[in-house]
Amino acid sequence: MDPLRPEAAGAPSTGGAPVAPDLSELLKLSARGDQAAFAELYDAMATRVYGLAVRVVRDPAQAEEVTQEAFLEIWRMASRYDVERGSATAWMLTIVHRKAVDRVRSAEAATRRDTTYHSQNQAVDHDSTADAAHASLEARRVRAALHSLTAVQREALELAYFGGYTHTEVATMLDLPVGTAKTRIRDGLIRLRDTMGVGA
Amino acid sequence: MSSDIHALSGAYAVDALDDIERAQFERHLAECDTCRSEVDSLLEASGVLAEAVFLAPPAALRDRVLAGIETVRPLPPVVTNVVSLDTVRRKRRFPALVAAAAVVTLIGAGVAVTQPWQDETTQITLSAADRVLQAPDAETWTKSPVTGGTIKVTRSRSLNQAVVEAKGLATLPDGKTYALWLQHDGVMIPAGLLSGEGTLPVVLEGDPGSAEATAVSIEPASGSLHPTTFPIATFEFEQV
Repeated sequence: MDPLRPEAAGAPSTGGAPVAPDLSELLKLSARGDQAAFAELYDAMATRVYGLAVRVVRDPAQAEEVTQEAFLEIWRMASRYDVERGSATAWMLTIVHRKAVDRVRSAEAATRRDTTYHSQNQAVDHDSTADAAHASLEARRVRAALHSLTAVQREALELAYFGGYTHTEVATMLDLPVGTAKTRIRDGLIRLRDTMGVGA
Repeated sequence: MSSDIHALSGAYAVDALDDIERAQFERHLAECDTCRSEVDSLLEASGVLAEAVFLAPPAALRDRVLAGIETVRPLPPVVTNVVSLDTVRRKRRFPALVAAAAVVTLIGAGVAVTQPWQDETTQITLSAADRVLQAPDAETWTKSPVTGGTIKVTRSRSLNQAVVEAKGLATLPDGKTYALWLQHDGVMIPAGLLSGEGTLPVVLEGDPGSAEATAVSIEPASGSLHPTTFPIATFEFEQV
């Protein structure tokens, strides 16, 4: 149990253990083929993984597939997690996000783009991310960090992270010169990182 | 192609690069400690965004996942060879980076030379092109596309690398670029972009040693997964 990693707590579980499981330890056990440890990992991460998948791919059935693929990948790749380089949560969410984005960019995505571009372009709900945050101490920190972003940083970040759009697409959608979106995305992440005190 | 590959770190951390940029950036990551540590920290930050979205999946999904892992063997850890410092440096956490580390390919010289802070990369990149051009088994092909100029391809089978140099190519309108391809089993695979009009040598990405041909076509500046125009030049390699 690493007290420095409160974000490893996962979703509040119903009647679960009083302490959050040590996710990096569970990953290590999973790498050795410990299925019980992986089940515990699933229980700690499922709501976050599925929540992210739904947010990006939108269609619940596809989000389930992405969630399943991502967990299988986490199981397969568990030995490659390096605690020196970051939190177990971030490592897992990176895998999930990549799977989700790959899904929306596959051929099927063209249809989705065509039908949703307009509404995306018209109104990015600046508060949607923060409002969805669950009510906990950690969530309040997240909310504060998200509010530390400028409106244009958050707009670009949300289109990229939740919309699954490339920085070039984000630039076009926001009528920005090519190159500006990637800068906003990077600046926004740096601000999030520094506000949350995460990362190296 | 970006003129400042370092600035792609944030977009990489939120998967906002297209496939070609992603491949280029991952090759760059294999060479650039600064970018690697920045990306690690930005991935932590992107995880914060996901803190905001919780949704319970259907209970049946848990059973499917746990049944699924029974049929999947966890990969072994990356074993560090103590003899090679280089290997230690290349140890990767993220799956895609494992692949990037395995392919010691270098980004085109055109990207690196404008970045003083990438001195190390610049030197390695230039020498990579030079190594191919000066390889004992270097083979050379030259063509003059009807659109003007000449394109020279030099391949070293022993290095499994090839370099493309161009002179006097037509200036393309904004939003267009010269894209490079390698053909394997009859399929053209992206092998990078010529920077500007290709006056700087570019090391092809991929496996020129086993490719059947290389080609150059005019594509949107963001790149394409497949040639969308007929190549202006195609070079057939001799097969072993």
